[in-house]
Amino acid sequence: MSELAIDVRHLSKAFGNKLAVDDVNIAMPRGQVWGFLGPNGSGKTTTIRMICGLLRPTAGEGICLGYDIARESDRIKRRTGYMTQRFSFWNDLTIRENLEFVARLYELPSRTAVVDETIEKLGLTHRQHQLAGTLSGGWKQRLALAAVTMHQPDLLLLDEPTAGVDPQARRDFWDEIHALSNQGMTVLVSTHYMDEAERCDHIVYLAHGKLLVEGQVREIVASTGLVTFRAQGAGVRVLAPKLKTLPGVQHVAFFGAALHVSGTDRRALEQALAQFADDVQWEEVETSLEDAFIALMERAGPDARLSA
Amino acid sequence: MRGSWSRILAILLKELIQMRRDRLTFAMMLGIPVMQLILFGYAINTDPKHLPTALHIEEQSPVVRRFTEALEQSGYFAFVRRTVDPREGKALLESGAVSFVIHVPAGFARELVRGERPAILIEADASDPLAAGNALAQAPAILDRALRDTLTGPLAHLAPRPPAVNLIVHRRYNPEGVTQYNIVPGLLGVILTMTMVMITSIAMTREVERGTMENLLAMPTRPVEVMLGKIAPYILVGMIQTAIIIAAAQGLFHVPFMGHRWVLATGVATFIIANLSLGFLFSTLARTQMQAMQMTFFFFLPSILLSGFMFPFRGMPQWAQALGEILPLTHFLRIIRGVMLKGTDFLPLWIEFGAIGIFILLVGTLAMLRYRTTLD
Repeated sequence: MSELAIDVRHLSKAFGNKLAVDDVNIAMPRGQVWGFLGPNGSGKTTTIRMICGLLRPTAGEGICLGYDIARESDRIKRRTGYMTQRFSFWNDLTIRENLEFVARLYELPSRTAVVDETIEKLGLTHRQHQLAGTLSGGWKQRLALAAVTMHQPDLLLLDEPTAGVDPQARRDFWDEIHALSNQGMTVLVSTHYMDEAERCDHIVYLAHGKLLVEGQVREIVASTGLVTFRAQGAGVRVLAPKLKTLPGVQHVAFFGAALHVSGTDRRALEQALAQFADDVQWEEVETSLEDAFIALMERAGPDARLSA
Repeated sequence: MRGSWSRILAILLKELIQMRRDRLTFAMMLGIPVMQLILFGYAINTDPKHLPTALHIEEQSPVVRRFTEALEQSGYFAFVRRTVDPREGKALLESGAVSFVIHVPAGFARELVRGERPAILIEADASDPLAAGNALAQAPAILDRALRDTLTGPLAHLAPRPPAVNLIVHRRYNPEGVTQYNIVPGLLGVILTMTMVMITSIAMTREVERGTMENLLAMPTRPVEVMLGKIAPYILVGMIQTAIIIAAAQGLFHVPFMGHRWVLATGVATFIIANLSLGFLFSTLARTQMQAMQMTFFFFLPSILLSGFMFPFRGMPQWAQALGEILPLTHFLRIIRGVMLKGTDFLPLWIEFGAIGIFILLVGTLAMLRYRTTLD
């Protein structure tokens, strides 16, 4: 058995003349939880679909769970659980019927027992005969996760599983992901939430179809070489536009009511901020992952894929 | 292989559940045949009778009276107007108030007695050839009879003589020319074509439209399993529709059933499969349910018009007949009309079965090739 759950090289995918994914390499060891980040349209979903055999790569090759992604997608599908971005179970089937359908397709032995157990673990025993379409967003996501893990896959691909889910449900969902990881599942999860990204062992950041950066959260933050200052108070809102044009200031962003100002040149940044020392109180903070990504995106420049 | 069956079963069960939940579609699947059968079965009549007729008669004589009586008794003509003005007759035809204007000129009887071969004029609205045809075809025979009845005694020499040859015509299989005997079995084919093609094409594109296709593709299913699992429940629906229509054909319309049930059952089964595979092919081409509907109708219209359901198949030019031969409905109509009205056995129909078989093979293969296991 290969050490790597996913090992894809030079993966590209074009739709018509638009290049959605451009030369992406991912080597993901088994048993880890990896975060897949990047703005909307950066190619995350397309990459995940190529890995599990739902899309044919235009170029590149790869192995997933020891099987060739181009030729052996049948085998990959049996060992993979893929949770789509949009709830894609059947709204006009009940919770139980959805799970039984999935169990039948994967030919799970002792199907009724497995489904019973899954429903019980979900805590939906008393609602098992309710139509899936009537569930709230958070419950739908939990049902989907339960459905795609029922056959005990080796690899779990989750495409923005917590989009539109309330904070508590999001936490519960991530606890579940870690529980599954502890059972030995390899998990690749795409997300827009930085707090979720920080719960991953490793992060892959895509922008405009290209792999921009990857590594542990700390490494990525460190690699940007940013220094960040933070100020909060009533005056910060008017400061933001003025700060943006100053030398040494690379980007300015609000985090709640607070303003983060980052730059790679500490002295220039400090000089710039000194001008406003009377109005607000500056304190140096650890550069967050989001600061790092904003800076990375600005460095990546505009999307150049259209004319590919 | 065992796994394959269990996955087909999984998809089949899922379809059955969804079918049951979708009340409206379910009601339509069973309601459409009954509605169409009653509507069209009772409505369509290719031998129209009691057509409104205006009389423009300038002379009342026994011959003329006998002739008009005979026309009315034939059932084809219903006298709704009497007129004395030829311009009014023309206006009535133009406005569509009457289908025929019958003009008997003054001095008719006198000229008849003198042996001058007087004329009777029937003006017909022949804009729809089918509507006027049968009535007009009856007119000469009716006139003959009227003349023979009245021209007796000294005038007997003027009566039309019987032709030298006795021409015998046997109208077999439907001697009374009951339209329903032809239409009702045909309706089974038309209804199956519409519902079967439409339902399957929609059932697949619905998965695409709702985003559940991505999920289905991400799980270990083969195209052939999805196709069989999706199609199987609708075979059942088609069988139920057939049972309803056959029962109604015999109960309401008294259509005879001369042949063997199993020949018809085989015909219905192959025909249903042909339509379902076409629906499946459409679903691999259409991106939305709307497109699937449109394709169904593009197929449905020629099926009705070129198959021989509505218009006589042999009345079409060669190229149109060739097109018609492609349609499964054409062959199904020959099977069902043969079995029900003529009592035709399996062997004489093997060409029709073969034609539908080839259609299934071609369309089914094409559908399998088109069906994608990926999203591109």
